[in-house]
Amino acid sequence: MQKISYAQAGSDALIEEMKRDPTTFHLATSAADELVNEFGSERVRATPIAEGAFTGIAIGAAGSGYRPIINWGMITFSFVAMDQIVNQAAKIHYMFGGQAKFPITFRASVGGGRRVAAQHSQSPYSMFMNLAGLKMILPSTPYDMKGLLKSAIRDDNPVISFESNRLMGVEGEVPEEDYTVPLGVADTKREGSDVTLVALAWLVHEGLAAAETLEKEGVSVEVIDPRSLVPLDEAAIRASVQKTGRLVIADEAGPTAGASAEIITVVTEDSETFAKLKAPPKRVCALHVPIPYSPGLEDHVFPDRDNIIAGIREVLDAG
Amino acid sequence: MTLTTEKQLEMLRSMQTIRRFEERASDDYQAGAIYGVVHCYIGEEAVAVGICAALNADDQIISTHRGHGHCLAKGADLNRMMAELYGRQTGYCKGKGGSMHIADFSIGMLGANGIVAGGIPIVTGAGLAAQLEGKGRVAVSFFGDGASNAGPFHESINIAATWKLPMLYVCENNLYSAGTIAADTLALSDVAARAAGYGIPGVVVDGNDVMAVYEAAEAAVNRARAGQGPSLIECKTYRWRGHTERPGQEDPRPKEEIEEWRQRDPINRFATSLMEHGLLTEEAWQKMDAEILAAIEDAVKFSEESPFPEPEAALEDIFAES
Ligand SMILES: Cc1ncc(C[n+]2csc(CCOP(=O)(O)OP(=O)(O)O)c2C)c(N)n1
Ligand SMILES: [Mg+2]
Repeated sequence: MQKISYAQAGSDALIEEMKRDPTTFHLATSAADELVNEFGSERVRATPIAEGAFTGIAIGAAGSGYRPIINWGMITFSFVAMDQIVNQAAKIHYMFGGQAKFPITFRASVGGGRRVAAQHSQSPYSMFMNLAGLKMILPSTPYDMKGLLKSAIRDDNPVISFESNRLMGVEGEVPEEDYTVPLGVADTKREGSDVTLVALAWLVHEGLAAAETLEKEGVSVEVIDPRSLVPLDEAAIRASVQKTGRLVIADEAGPTAGASAEIITVVTEDSETFAKLKAPPKRVCALHVPIPYSPGLEDHVFPDRDNIIAGIREVLDAG
Repeated sequence: MTLTTEKQLEMLRSMQTIRRFEERASDDYQAGAIYGVVHCYIGEEAVAVGICAALNADDQIISTHRGHGHCLAKGADLNRMMAELYGRQTGYCKGKGGSMHIADFSIGMLGANGIVAGGIPIVTGAGLAAQLEGKGRVAVSFFGDGASNAGPFHESINIAATWKLPMLYVCENNLYSAGTIAADTLALSDVAARAAGYGIPGVVVDGNDVMAVYEAAEAAVNRARAGQGPSLIECKTYRWRGHTERPGQEDPRPKEEIEEWRQRDPINRFATSLMEHGLLTEEAWQKMDAEILAAIEDAVKFSEESPFPEPEAALEDIFAES
């Protein structure tokens, strides 16, 4: 099987889907040569720096029979388009009684670690999870990136693809032939029996490294990657926790009202799973601060494999 | 009004300080002592300096992601700027901001900003404060050609025009927004022409001619101080370097175009003109440059000797103490 990077897997998915479906087109503040050469400047447009407008334009074109693919660049820039996302895209299908479909894919990079300070180091997926009407994916491997992004593009709803900055260069095996990864199906990245680690994006990799270390101490960690946050594979998370009796969540976002909080609730609200818990669940997240620039500050804010190991030990010690 | 020789030499010094500061910042970034992302202003120095030369110390400005020039032109301290780039405790933002987020509120520099057009409404608010205060202060928004296509530009300028706020909107049209050609994103050839749509004056100036920029700024400042409202000044200029200093970054701009603009070097042009007018000797120019380089060397030394912030400082400054 070919080995390609996470970033390449995203581009490949985009190109294959644009070839597959002539109603797709691409908007971003820059037009990549690779795309323009393949599809021409009608379908691949460089927009002005006007995220609010081109997000809305995508909604209108989608409701008029097209399948727009938008790249906001960083999720940071999507905030300029909040009205179109929150008041329009998330609600338009429902509010008008399901009359029209709005198949739109929004791509955006997320995450920190690049020393680019508060505005350019954000992982705000829970802000979007809070809205009914948007789906969202958060791939952690090249395989998942390509398969999920294809599903996102084919989906008849607005789907946000959160793509981890830290993983862009990570390589992995990706089939040459067409495949998709469905939304709402978690992936067990590693099986284990003592503790369930639900990890997101970059922290899937840190979690696997932590699991490796802990295995040497006789601790068996199951690593679950939800892969899509909406829909969330609640059944898979509950099933794993029922097996292990312990839950740790690793997320690069802050903990407050985060995906991590939602995942804990999914587990604790379910009486059957709750009854199997041997210890309180634990979150290993970023500190609840804007992300600072200086390396020592930034590294202090983000969790890594050592924090995950410490979190797992804490849960094991608790019961 | 003709400026004193002293003032003109100060402007030259300011332009050369920006250039030398950024040359050093770029080197130290490549060497790994400065982190993240650095956007250089080299080639555009006449805009920041020409505009700020028309301002008083208590006037306010706001900047962009390409902010070093605006900071220095408004009088920011080299040591604290370099220390911020170095991520040190002694930096302007205690190491929390870096190159894209330098501010010095004490000199009326309301901050560089990582969001294109993000600063325009904020500095319009400073203009409102100046109007409310009624002491004749003005506020200046620096922004790029790219930003002039964004909603906040249009919304802010309309409000400022309607309320007659004491504002200067200064568009640095360097013909590109990142890798995108400006002409591909607006149907007018001049951003300044948009001023008519808001009922305010709009002028195009040669942004590589510091005196031309100064004169346009002076007229706009006088108008603003007199309570006649905002102006839009479009400065045609060019950045010599890539969009950022990140190595390996694609630059779609034709080599010949870059070369052509380098020939219009705003600093060389100003220095030559001062010499032609007998206001500067080659020797004095060399001496000035040597002093600037020494000051930058000192700033680097200051930065290197400054401590990094304690990791726990990440939790400070989330809220003001009230
Ligand atoms: C709202 C927003 N969208 C996109 C970006 C990414 N971005 C950073 S700088 C830039 C180009 C800005 O062009 P311009 O305003 O002309 O300023 P210049 O870089 O040319 O000085 C872009 C698109 C951003 N920072 N903010
Ligand atoms: Mg520009």
